[in-house]
Amino acid sequence: MSERPSTFSLLLSQTKYQNKIFFRNPIAAFFTLFFPLMIFLVFSLVFGNEEIPYLGVTTAQYYAPAMAVFAAVSATYTNLAVATAYQRDQGILKRIRGTPLPPAVYMGGKIVSAIMIATMSVLIMMTIGVVFYGVQIFAATLLSAVVTFVIGVASFAALGLLIAAVVSSGEAATAVTNATLLPLAFFSGVFIPPTEAMPAWLDAVANFFPLKHFAEPFVAAFNPLTVGAGWDWASLGYMTFWGVIAGALAIRFFKWESPVGRGGRSKRRKKGAAVA
Amino acid sequence: MCWNSGMSVIEVQDLVKHYGEIEAVAGVDLSIDAGEVFALLGPNGAGKTTIVEILEGHRTKTSGSVSVLGCDPAKAGRAYRERIGIVLQATAVEEQLTVEEAIDLYGSLYPKQRKTGELIELVGLEEKTHSRIKALSGGQRRRLEFALGIVGDPEVIFLDEPTTGFDPSARRQAWSIVENLTALGKTVLLTTHYMDEAQRLADRVAVIVKGKIVAEGTPETLGGRESATALITFEANGRSIEELPLSAGVATLSENGRVTVRSMDPTRDLHQITGWAIERGVELSGLTVTRPSLEDIYLELTGGTGGV
Repeated sequence: MSERPSTFSLLLSQTKYQNKIFFRNPIAAFFTLFFPLMIFLVFSLVFGNEEIPYLGVTTAQYYAPAMAVFAAVSATYTNLAVATAYQRDQGILKRIRGTPLPPAVYMGGKIVSAIMIATMSVLIMMTIGVVFYGVQIFAATLLSAVVTFVIGVASFAALGLLIAAVVSSGEAATAVTNATLLPLAFFSGVFIPPTEAMPAWLDAVANFFPLKHFAEPFVAAFNPLTVGAGWDWASLGYMTFWGVIAGALAIRFFKWESPVGRGGRSKRRKKGAAVA
Repeated sequence: MCWNSGMSVIEVQDLVKHYGEIEAVAGVDLSIDAGEVFALLGPNGAGKTTIVEILEGHRTKTSGSVSVLGCDPAKAGRAYRERIGIVLQATAVEEQLTVEEAIDLYGSLYPKQRKTGELIELVGLEEKTHSRIKALSGGQRRRLEFALGIVGDPEVIFLDEPTTGFDPSARRQAWSIVENLTALGKTVLLTTHYMDEAQRLADRVAVIVKGKIVAEGTPETLGGRESATALITFEANGRSIEELPLSAGVATLSENGRVTVRSMDPTRDLHQITGWAIERGVELSGLTVTRPSLEDIYLELTGGTGGV
């Protein structure tokens, strides 16, 4: 009997394979890597790289980190939910379940890959901001930015897997993630900087969901007016809370087989034939 | 978990599975030995896939006992899955991978990994080694799934309707792959609703209808086939069938003027019929004596519901 592959080598190969799948899927790669970048470039063109009066920072200085958060959330929350749900529809998860690969390692590979892609998209965004739009990075707040990012992507990865666990299909996952992320991005300080004019109830809604608690401290870490090291413990704690609850619920409700396609497509076809 | 056992490789006793009100499997016993190819034959919805998926560990049973390689598939986990290979119905492989990448990737999950090149050759996908799975035809995908099912060099292989939807040449290719496996001494449990497939591949066949096994045996003896009613037929040529002397048979006259005698004792009946004909100097034109085919037996057992 040869040796069983180690958990570490399995995690490594699973991560590589998830990365490969992602980069060979042009739609996912476009929406995660280029779409946030495009919005950033368009905003910089439309508003000009002037100082936003009520914020005291330039357009790029605000939008580079804000769109980096959007990219990171797309890479974890949206991509994990949609890809996992479609893989279940296709029976790929069922196939995996029939192999000796421990389920936790499979999921671990997905999460690590999603976080790597999120990191890449954030690095691309910030590099372009720094090189072409004079975005400044501050040593004093860099550590808090990194920690906010890590807790943010981990929590949104857990949320993505929770969506994958509870939806019935890949189409549903696409609908749910877009219907939650896009509206929230408008009033959580991602697409539009928060203003005084925003009604209190809308602010309360934003405060309830985790996106604002990711965007606000991350954007603040790139604001020259931020004093100190930029730690926002309340937001970090609140995101962690969302992440842990979502992760626990995802584990509890995760299904490896599509409830609609039990037995698969051929079965449905055959039933249809029997009726006819 | 697994325990040592001197029993068969697959041992199933009084297996029952309910989906809500529906009883998909209604008390099934199976005993399959090492190196045997066993076919579960039955119409769609008979419970074949449910049984196989319980044995694979994909589903839990309602009651009864199940042991494969001395393991309870529902609880055995990783150690069990290292020793089995599964070719499911209607599953997919990530379309973005190439054939070679997929076999490498799935192979890397097992302690014993068969060489990717050899497997590609075994399933006849040499020309597609570097093609994305997206670009494969249905038959080629199915052959890739065969390769993925055996990439961990399993002791037991489950094939759930391995050739459904194949054209005749793809079926023959799939059969020769299965024959390659059995030559290596693997135990194979396959489900099918094709008679010729069961006859070609299986050492033993169980016919399953509405969750119950209604007959079990070798393809030659299934359903008492070797001793079953024989059919003696000949042209009536205007004669009445009442004249026929029969000891154990029943004669019927079809519209096209052919006499069919269903006989439990064909040797004696044939002797009487031919004796009667010779006495009268009558020629029995078109005389045949046949045993029922496996398909006849199957249709009889399944009440003619066997869909192809």
